[in-house]
Amino acid sequence: MMNLDTAFSALADPTRRAILARLATGEATVMELAAPFDMTQPAVSRHLKVLEGAGLIARRVEGAKRPCRLAPAGIAEIDRWLEMLRQALAANYDRLDQVIAAMTTNENKRTP
Amino acid sequence: MTKLTIRTEGDKHVVVIRRFAASPEAVYRAHTDAKLIQKWMLGPEGWTMPVCINEPRPGGKIRYEWTDGQGGSFYLTGEFLELVPLSRIVHVERMHLPDPTPDNHVETSFVPDGNGTLMTMRMTLPDAETRAAMLASGMEHGMEASYVRLESLM
Repeated sequence: MMNLDTAFSALADPTRRAILARLATGEATVMELAAPFDMTQPAVSRHLKVLEGAGLIARRVEGAKRPCRLAPAGIAEIDRWLEMLRQALAANYDRLDQVIAAMTTNENKRTP
Repeated sequence: MTKLTIRTEGDKHVVVIRRFAASPEAVYRAHTDAKLIQKWMLGPEGWTMPVCINEPRPGGKIRYEWTDGQGGSFYLTGEFLELVPLSRIVHVERMHLPDPTPDNHVETSFVPDGNGTLMTMRMTLPDAETRAAMLASGMEHGMEASYVRLESLM
């Protein structure tokens, strides 16, 4: 069961969101996740612990490694980002409808 | 009525489709006239675009700067690659947050559709990882604000 409070604070950090975004492209080890960030592996591990605690990622054991992947809640979160982009664009284009309507009105006024 | 569709395509693309009740000429103009762009390309409520540079010719520059009036700001730069008046715009763009994101290659087409226009915007990112990062960071400002609001409610 996902705790909303835990999930929100897990997602309120840009690095943790970037880690989720990276995991959207497939499973990765701590070393692979640390590479794009200016961060030590222990620092990345701390972020992973928060994400795991929030139910956003899952880890498995493979020898000495513990690769991470998105858990269903993490996948739903990435889908939500696409939905947020949709909403931001929809707001822009609704404004554009009004801008175009105003352009057309002005042009009609100019036409005798 | 849902007018806008957005979907991912393959590993590297995001495709946005929207219909407008206006001629391709009007929609194209609203995408290439800085004064008009400043009125609509604003994202979340409360943001404005005080700087809008748009030089609609091959090699022409794009620079959009947004602010929320409370210290929050970011900008986008880009270059036009190809323009077919009234029907097609090809450009590259990157966000500065403040580090530049990898180039997003954007092809926008305007096709007459009955008495309106069907716009298709096809974004191409370098790879799947960059696309996922763009989806996460592109809404950084809006999202940060909503999570902060949410947290203050909890």
